[in-house]
Amino acid sequence: MDGMTRTPFDVDAIRADFPILASEHRGRKLVFLDSGASAQKPRQVIQAMVRCMESAYANVHRGAYHLSEQATADYEAARAAVARFINAPSEADIIITANSTMAMNLVAHSFGRGVLKPGQAVVASEMEHHANLVPWQMLRDGHGTELRICRITDAGELDLDHLAELLADGRVGLVAVTHMSNVLGTVTPAAQIARMAHEAGAKVLFDGSQAAVHRRVDVQAIDADFYAFTGHKLYGPTGIGVLYAKAALQRAMPPFMGGGDMIASVGLHHSVWAEPPAKFEAGTPPIIEAIGLHEAIRYVEAIGMPAIEAHERALVDHAMAVLPGIEGLRILGAAQDRGGVFAFALDNAHSHDLSTLLDRAGIAVRAGRHCAEPLHERLGAENGTCRASFGLYTTAGEIDFLAEALTSARRFFA
Amino acid sequence: MFDDLRDLYQEVILDHGRRPRNFRRLENATHHARGDNPLCGDKMDLWLAFGDDGAIADAAFQGRGCAISMASASLMTETVRGKSPTQARQLGEAFRQLAMTGRCPACEAVLAEDMERLSPLSGVHEFPSRVKCATLAWHTLNNALDDSGQEARSE
Repeated sequence: MDGMTRTPFDVDAIRADFPILASEHRGRKLVFLDSGASAQKPRQVIQAMVRCMESAYANVHRGAYHLSEQATADYEAARAAVARFINAPSEADIIITANSTMAMNLVAHSFGRGVLKPGQAVVASEMEHHANLVPWQMLRDGHGTELRICRITDAGELDLDHLAELLADGRVGLVAVTHMSNVLGTVTPAAQIARMAHEAGAKVLFDGSQAAVHRRVDVQAIDADFYAFTGHKLYGPTGIGVLYAKAALQRAMPPFMGGGDMIASVGLHHSVWAEPPAKFEAGTPPIIEAIGLHEAIRYVEAIGMPAIEAHERALVDHAMAVLPGIEGLRILGAAQDRGGVFAFALDNAHSHDLSTLLDRAGIAVRAGRHCAEPLHERLGAENGTCRASFGLYTTAGEIDFLAEALTSARRFFA
Repeated sequence: MFDDLRDLYQEVILDHGRRPRNFRRLENATHHARGDNPLCGDKMDLWLAFGDDGAIADAAFQGRGCAISMASASLMTETVRGKSPTQARQLGEAFRQLAMTGRCPACEAVLAEDMERLSPLSGVHEFPSRVKCATLAWHTLNNALDDSGQEARSE
């Protein structure tokens, strides 16, 4: 693509950009419905990373030679692209991490231990990915903060009345919740949550691992203090994640890891930290991955996030028209605002048996509890669920094929 | 659509998966262990009651899991009855080989009849991610025989 917006949304042309979608597995065409775990990569991203390694690669922020200066400029251009992508005020607000898990652990260590005081509380919710729950349990055990869990409704939406109760005593220092559930597809009202948190004197962190892929994120409009997402779900490479953190918070936070790149000067006994965001980026960063992520952002922006959102909304509507008609199929959650993620269970098949069958049909779905064990307990789905998650290359025909396979699977186990 | 999966999900498996035998708590148990497969959430409790002759007089289990893990546990409780601890462990070792390779070259003639009963599960060897479903019950059996009080993990 040349940066021109492609209109109308041409899913066939998009699919042609993804080499793996043309591949066959055991003689069957791949129906990839596991983009929520990790998305496939377009040729543009693959080629940009190869180009970087073949002709523009050196370590960054170190060499005084031309190749290193060029690599540094390319790496920093990726940071700037990330900042524009989520409408951050400045590229200095963007910390590059390894993935969203590391981004949230960075907040737990630096903000949690360095800024929050023992006795203050962190609020997470019942529908968090383990990556936005376990760090707060660890912080509680190691630092003496309290962990409060916000309930969800039976429809799978955040219970905002309960959130208000949890915030009422003014002791909450951080609200850490998902912007879109990786199991239920629920999109949470981020701006409202941030307003509630701020009025109670708390900061707010959004786990945007799913949301950033499916719709336009504007961290200033929702007034996020922290926003985490990852490259590999956004059609980019593994090994790179992003933490947006407001500049004032970055200044108040101590470093996360120590090492090269995060220092201004080092003595044998004492060192001076670099300015943010370098302060939080110890060691050689994911350079090739940053080039890949930059290209992935270019790719989705050329299509347009609103167009991607509209395409996925149509897929969700189609799935909601087709799937509930399947006898014995339970779809978890019924949120008003939901993205292209569906967890479901058949009444007569365990999630692992079902995924083995679907795999045989060429359909890749995730089975189990999707790193959200407490949520499955909460919704009475202890045997796990299968999860179909859509990407910009997903078609309505693939959803029809899933429906057909589910109907056959139920007969198989009858 | 799924006819070629009948090798994995033979009628015996589906039957034992739906209606596992010996699916109960054993009140007079002498040995107990809990098995857990954290990756997929399968859990089971296994109880053994030994007779005066030193052999397993009764075996029973409760738990939740996929058809493969439930059927494997069900067939196991039927197969180990009357076995000494040594025989039961031998059978478990032979079964793990069968589940991982589809073959059991080490199966001696004395195990042949029991392995025949377990053979419907041999199809799992073609599904690497499902082998652990079939072997969880047997890992749990080893722990029950030790009665070490530890959880078995079929990882």
